[in-house]
Amino acid sequence: MRLRIGAVSKADMLEARRCLPGAFCRPLAQRLLSWLCWTGLAALVLFCAVRFDMSPLRLWSGLSELGTLTRVMFPPASGGNMDLFLAGILETLAMAFLGTLIGGAIAFPLSFLAAKNILPAWLFHFGVRRVFDVLRGVDVMIWALIFVVAIGLGPLAGILAIAISDAGTLAKLFSEAIENIDRKQTEGVRSTGANAVKVMRFGVIPQVLPVMLSFTLYMFESNTRSATILGIVGAGGIGLLLADRIRANVWDQACLIIILILVTVYFIDFVSKRLRERLIGQGK
Amino acid sequence: MSGRVAPDAVVDSVAAFERARAEMQRQKRIQALIFAVVFLVCLVTAVIVGQFDVMTLIDGLPRTTDYVRKLVPVLRWETLGADVAEWYWNIGKWLTLLVETLLMAFFATLLGTIGALLLSFAASSNLTPGYWIYFATRRFLEIARSVPDLVYALVFVFAWGLGPLAGILALTIHTMGASGKLFAEVNENVDPNPIEGVRAAGANWVKMIRFAVIPQVLPVFASYTLWRFEINVRTAAVLGFVGAGGIGYELYTNIRLNYYEDVSAILLIIVATVVLVDIGCEEIRHRMIGKESLR
Repeated sequence: MRLRIGAVSKADMLEARRCLPGAFCRPLAQRLLSWLCWTGLAALVLFCAVRFDMSPLRLWSGLSELGTLTRVMFPPASGGNMDLFLAGILETLAMAFLGTLIGGAIAFPLSFLAAKNILPAWLFHFGVRRVFDVLRGVDVMIWALIFVVAIGLGPLAGILAIAISDAGTLAKLFSEAIENIDRKQTEGVRSTGANAVKVMRFGVIPQVLPVMLSFTLYMFESNTRSATILGIVGAGGIGLLLADRIRANVWDQACLIIILILVTVYFIDFVSKRLRERLIGQGK
Repeated sequence: MSGRVAPDAVVDSVAAFERARAEMQRQKRIQALIFAVVFLVCLVTAVIVGQFDVMTLIDGLPRTTDYVRKLVPVLRWETLGADVAEWYWNIGKWLTLLVETLLMAFFATLLGTIGALLLSFAASSNLTPGYWIYFATRRFLEIARSVPDLVYALVFVFAWGLGPLAGILALTIHTMGASGKLFAEVNENVDPNPIEGVRAAGANWVKMIRFAVIPQVLPVFASYTLWRFEINVRTAAVLGFVGAGGIGYELYTNIRLNYYEDVSAILLIIVATVVLVDIGCEEIRHRMIGKESLR
């Protein structure tokens, strides 16, 4: 069928439509499906808005309330508690540091067990991986609450909570790093007559260590953020002071604590980013 | 024998190599030493400040294992059905709360992503309508994502009262900040040729975004949004700790009141939900990527 622009008659169009229906519009089933999806989405959104009572009136009244709170927040004031706040920030950082360290120390040996190229036992590493999934799937706040109930209030609960959820995350990341190593180097080491331990030490570890350190630093960054809020359930750090100030309606001090948290998080992000760039640079 | 290098020259170059190598190793050792000292100082400070005591830890570990042992429900093989039914005696309420949690995460992800989408174009340096708009949007996004979502929830509970609305808004603003920044970075990496083409056809700013940028970035945005939904489901499960709706409050009270079997029952359904959501999102993402590569 040849078509010339300007000479296309209605019959030609009909013919073209008949020959190539897909070129003019999508099949009916597909159109129906996408229409159904959008209607379903709209219905779900409507249901949510009604279910959660998200009326403009309620939103507005909350906003005006929030405006009042913001006005009370400024200017931020320490109320003579600056030492206390700084100690809280320092404690938060200590919790993140120790938690990440312990988590990494637990994850390191476990990750070798979960790597398919190190331990070719399907059922075994499937099991180990599901354990990681459970450790990761439970939020760090839940771990913190459990440790607070089990061993008491204080930073130790926070450290253990961070350590255990980190162990899950890092073990997964580490084992994936181990699975992605270059096999030529391990083969080279093995060909010189090295035993399994030496293959690990000289063939595997030098390849994965920079990646692992970089992941650990990244988790330290993320843990600094989590550690700031663990105090809400009593697991140490600045969060306890913040939650107390908010519950007692001392908004200017709460604002100061939030600003301190922001500064700390920015600072740690900056330092960790620099260190990571260096590490990865060395690894290359 | 003209090609041979004199023996003493060989010795010289070997010696030079050895010297350079020794120097490099010395420098590396010094660097490692500095890192080790800094690390040790950090460690000691952390141990002191964090009141980390090995004795307390050793004391605490048996209590933790005890706690975990108490979490395990009594399940006998002969009466398995009845035991499980007793373990999940309150399943109706928990499932309702779980659905509420999922809906909160869904709604907040949707609202936050719409916000992030609108702001991301102003926050990317190649598309922004003006420098000051760019600067203000960037700072807004930074604050929105740097304050932890639970802190927003704590504050919003005061403004909107206890309940899921405060939680949704907290998640929404955090999502807006986190996704907005990622979206802006994607926007900054788009191919400029379509933009020029649409501009040349006389399109205004809105049309330029609609026809030149959005088709390029939408698949990446969709993938990020699914990932953000996974994160929001996890967070929505703990927002109840501060009274901002979802299953968190039920979990909080049960942990506080030491209803061990209820705690393990709720934890199990939360973990199962999180894993299922992860798998579902992964599946959708694979399908989207598959569709993209077919085009």
